[in-house]
This record gives sequence, structure tokens and C-alpha cells, in this order.
Amino acid sequence: MKKVIMGNHALSYGAMLGRAQVISAYPITPQTQVVELLSEMCADKTLDAKFIKVESEHSAMAACLGASLAGARTFTATSSQGLTLMHELLHWASGGRLPVVMGNINRAMAPGWSIWSDQNDSLSQRDTGWIQFYCCSNQEVLDTVIQAFKVSEKLLIPSMVVLDAFSLSHTYEVVDVPEQEKVDAYLPPFKPQIKITPDEPHAFGGLTSPEHYFELRYKLQKDMEKAPALIEETGKEYEKMFGRYLGLVDEYCCDDADIILITSGTVGSTARVAAEELRQEGIRAGNLRIKAFRPFPFETVRNIVKGAEKIAVVDRNISYGHHGMFYEEVKSALYGHNDSLPVFGFIAGLGGRDITPSTFKEITNYALKKKKPEEEIIWIGVKR
Amino acid sequence: MKKEKKMKLSLPEEELMNSGHLACQGCGATLAMRYVLKALGQKVALCIPACCWSVIDGPFPYSSLDVPIFHCAFETAAVSASGVKAGLEMVGDTETTVVAWAGDGGTFDIGIQALSGVAERNDDIIYVCYDNEAYMNTGIQRSSATPYGAWTTTTPVKHFKDRPKKDMEAIMAAHRIPYIATASIGYPEDLFRKTKKAKEIKGTRFLHIYAPCPTGWKSRPEDTIKLARMVVQNATFPLYEIEWGEKYTLNIKLKEKKPIADYLKIQGRFRHLTEKEIASMQEEVDKKWQRLLSLVNSK
Repeated sequence: MKKVIMGNHALSYGAMLGRAQVISAYPITPQTQVVELLSEMCADKTLDAKFIKVESEHSAMAACLGASLAGARTFTATSSQGLTLMHELLHWASGGRLPVVMGNINRAMAPGWSIWSDQNDSLSQRDTGWIQFYCCSNQEVLDTVIQAFKVSEKLLIPSMVVLDAFSLSHTYEVVDVPEQEKVDAYLPPFKPQIKITPDEPHAFGGLTSPEHYFELRYKLQKDMEKAPALIEETGKEYEKMFGRYLGLVDEYCCDDADIILITSGTVGSTARVAAEELRQEGIRAGNLRIKAFRPFPFETVRNIVKGAEKIAVVDRNISYGHHGMFYEEVKSALYGHNDSLPVFGFIAGLGGRDITPSTFKEITNYALKKKKPEEEIIWIGVKR
Repeated sequence: MKKEKKMKLSLPEEELMNSGHLACQGCGATLAMRYVLKALGQKVALCIPACCWSVIDGPFPYSSLDVPIFHCAFETAAVSASGVKAGLEMVGDTETTVVAWAGDGGTFDIGIQALSGVAERNDDIIYVCYDNEAYMNTGIQRSSATPYGAWTTTTPVKHFKDRPKKDMEAIMAAHRIPYIATASIGYPEDLFRKTKKAKEIKGTRFLHIYAPCPTGWKSRPEDTIKLARMVVQNATFPLYEIEWGEKYTLNIKLKEKKPIADYLKIQGRFRHLTEKEIASMQEEVDKKWQRLLSLVNSK
């Protein structure tokens, strides 16, 4: 059934269709509509789930971990300060191999207070062992939540489904809401092999000496390495059932492109408009939107950019004292494979400043003019 | 021939706690676990945050308990238990009693926010705080459960703890939860009865168990039980229950309230106190006792 819904409600519908059994969340702008709708769904039994209305995001994640350990499918959603308050427990989720699925609305970190979009909240959770998906449309948000349950529960690794503040969270789009029976056929119930139960007592997460700890982390990485293939496989299966492919990346006119604009999140659709216009002006531009940041799709990225002359990575985030974070990953993907390909790193749109098609034209013109990057960071649209 | 008379046991013989655990000699916290599990039985899931018990249980892949344990983050004992309870119910297990089992630091300090949230929602869990009155697992640092006058490694003798112990029962009573009880490992039958009673109640139940720590208190291991009885008899830690935040019941009535000096004297952590300081502490205990009696009598 087609519905006109906001990005936040796409998360709620994803959780509902995925039959989340325990939801625990705390409100934060711009996430609130996610949990408002889920509260209603739980109240009117549209969704048979327990909703634990906690006093903080830290407790929201803690409750999800407990419920997940008991064998229930769990969902939460947050943003920015809330996500970073959870940080300790993000490690707990992946280390405990608890497949929680969480929506995160990208919102800039305080101070100063900002409710607008940038990616420093989720990207600073890079090393917590979560799978991270960056979405570009409300449809993709809903579909990805369902896929994320499947991927997470298979690998026992938690997933974060990320969307931009306002440009997605509060934007209404037409979304095809799949039928419950079809989703049930795609996503079987969560049945973990080991869980907390008095019938078979185990101690989970106890003191672990150097004798054992290393191997637990090795196994987490080994399973994370299985994620790219599993994402593609479950994405194809999803396409077969629902007509929409869910992959690691999404490309636009990259085959013959001289310059490829690499983006993430909603900025991707802006880059496409710019690429289209640039093509009319005779510049062969393409867009590669990276959807999975963790695991990073190294091989896929390498293959797609193979024929390009230049790469421009646009980051709505920054690792202080370093670069934009997608820029780093792209360079790392190419190292030793395609060292002569010039990769330019741009930072734009921090704290929700607009990134428009003309931003991308400025970026393209800059990259085309230079032989190779002369600056570590090329700032776009900053007042100095 | 004389008929052999068997001693009548006041607690069940069945043990859910095994030998091989890693507690110090004379540890009160181990007895607390042993008695509580005797009362709750095997249909239990424990959530244990960072505390002595996260070590006592034994390192991976061992456990000294015959019940399952979720070793959870320090500040999350209460809400982890809420999560486990909700999860178990959603997968069809409505019987298991879920217990948050935390020390005083994890309860009075870092875990109080999550505990308050759980109590306000009246989530269906038992929260047990075994209280050894400081951060013992990290090496005896003061917590807000450390009593006035005590030495710890962060309240050295020259600047001993100069604020009273936080009144956790009053805080929990303010949440209007169905059941709150104090207990001491020196009174196992009382602890057993209260745990049994808590098990039958639905909602948030809070048990505060006094558990001496010879290592941190600089007391003799063989004095653990003695201390756990003296603290009740001198009214420093009276044994009482609060129902729905209103109905107070005193469980161990004192015909003769003992002075606190004897109790302080056998603990190295109070050795530096002068007679004057002890006298003013006695006054505080008396005042608190009177306040409790007025709450008990005000029904």
C-alpha cells in the first residue's frame, strides 16, 4: 500500500513490519515522531510489542540489550546527543553479539546547540562494531530497517539505520508499505541459539582474561567481514520480493564518468541533480552514494571508480585533526590498487548548512581545475 | 536407646551457589547471594553490573551460580533487568523472576538514574543492593553509601567521610513502589522471609542488604556475622519494610538499643575517631532511629 509518510514514520513502519517485540526509547529532536508512532502502535496493538519508556537513551539501549539477550527482537531510535550518550552500550551490543536495530537521525553535536543535520554523531560511533546504513529516501529507510533485522540476526551484529535530520526525518514522501505477510516471509522470527534463561544457565559477558578476549574480538571482525556479501544477498532477495534492491552502494552514471562525486545520505540525490546538469554542460559527472559505512564496501567502491579520472568525496562530517571520514575510507580503499587516481576531500554542510546542486558544481569545477588535491581539506561554503 | 533428634533447619538446604567463587574471606556479599537464591529458587535471571559480584562469580567460562547471569554495564542494573523481563515475557516466559543485583556504588551513585526510572514505571523486577558501604571492587573508595566518619582510600583519616550515608530507603519510598525492605546477612531468616515475600509481589521490589566487607572495613573475617548483627542491634541499620511508600513495619524490635561505640571499635575504618566524634555519631543514630519509629507508628 502506498502512503505519504515522513522519514521518521518510515522507521516506525519498518519496526512494525519487522515485528519488533521490545522497543525502548527516549525522545530527542528530530527523532520524536519515530517513538510517538510506535507508542500508538503498541497502545492499539497494531504492533504486539512492549515499549519501555525509559528516562535516558543510555537506559533505552540497556533495556534493548537485556531484551535481546532474552531472545526478543528489539528496536530503538535516537539522534545526536542521545546516540553519543549510548556510546558505552553500543560497544556492549556488538561485544555481546546482540542484534539490536536502531534508527539514528543525523544531527550535529553541541555545543552550540544544533538540531540540524550532520554526521558527526553516528560517524563518531565508527569503531563500536555496528553495521551502519546511510539512507537517501523514506522508502529506503523503511526497507532497510526490515533488511537490517535480517542481516543483524544472522550475524549477531547490531545495525544502525541512519537518516538526515529534517531533509529526511521530517520530509514526507510516497512510500510503498509492504504487506505484513510478505515481510513475514522475508524475515523469519528471531531465534537465537543461546539466550538468558533459567532452563540453561549461562553467564554472559563476565570477566574475560587475555586468554579468551582476543578471540572474541577476532570472531566479531570475521563475522563483520561476512556482512558485505550478506547485505547484497539479502538485498537481492528483497528485490525479488518487493522490487527494490538494497545494496552496499547506489551508483548513478558512474560507468562513463570522468569525475565521480562520492556522497552519503540525502546529499546523494542533490549530487544527482548536479550531475545531470553538469552532463548537459558537457561534463561527464557521476554519483556514487555509499550506503554501508560499516562494513565499508572497499571492493565495490574500487570497482565502480576504476574508470574515473577524478574523485570528489563530499563529507558532512569531520574528524578533527584529520579529514572527512568518508574521504579517509575512499582513499584507504584505493591504496595499493589505484594510487594514481586523484581523490579530493571536501567538507560541506556542517550543522545543517545547505548543500545544493550549485555546491556540487563548485566542487566539480574545483576538482577539474586541479591536477591533484593541494589541500588536506577543501572547505566548501565556510565563511572565513 | 535415646531417639536421635535432628536439628530443625530454618533455611532450605538446597544451594544454587557453589564453591570455587572468588570472594575474600568473610565476605558478606556471598552470604547475601546464597540466602537470596535459596529463597528465590532456580527460576531466576540475574543482571549484575560492575561490582564485587562481577568478579566473585568467577571468570569466563566459569560461573559459581546455577542461575543465568547478564553481566551488564555499571549504571544499568535496574533497566537491564527491565529489558530482560520484557524480553522473556515476549518469548513466552512469564514465570522467571528477574533480579538486578548491584553493590552500593551501582545503586546509590552511578545506577540511581536507571533505578529511579524503573521504580517510577514500577517495572516488574526485584532490585537487590548488597551494601558494603564503599567501592570495594576497585579498592575501597568512598561511595554515597559510605557512613559518616569512615576511612576509605579517597576519604583518608585526615579528611574522613564528612557527610552522612544517603537515605536510599527514603528515596525509594518516594517512588511509591510496592515493596522495600532492609535486611542483614546477620539475620538470614529475616532476609529469607523478605525475599520470599518480594518474589510474590508484582512490580518493583527493592531489597537493601547489609553486607560487611572485612577487606574494606579492616575488620576480622570472623567478625562479619557479629558486625551484621550489631549494626541492627544498635539501630545503625534497622530492619524494616515499606509498602507502597507508606506503610512502615519494623521487623527487629530493640528492647535495648546498643551503643554504636562497640560496633565502631572492631572496624579499622573507624579507628581514628575521637570519643567526641563517636558521641556526635551516636546522636545522629538516635535521631534517625526516632524518625523511623515515628514513621512506623504513624499508620
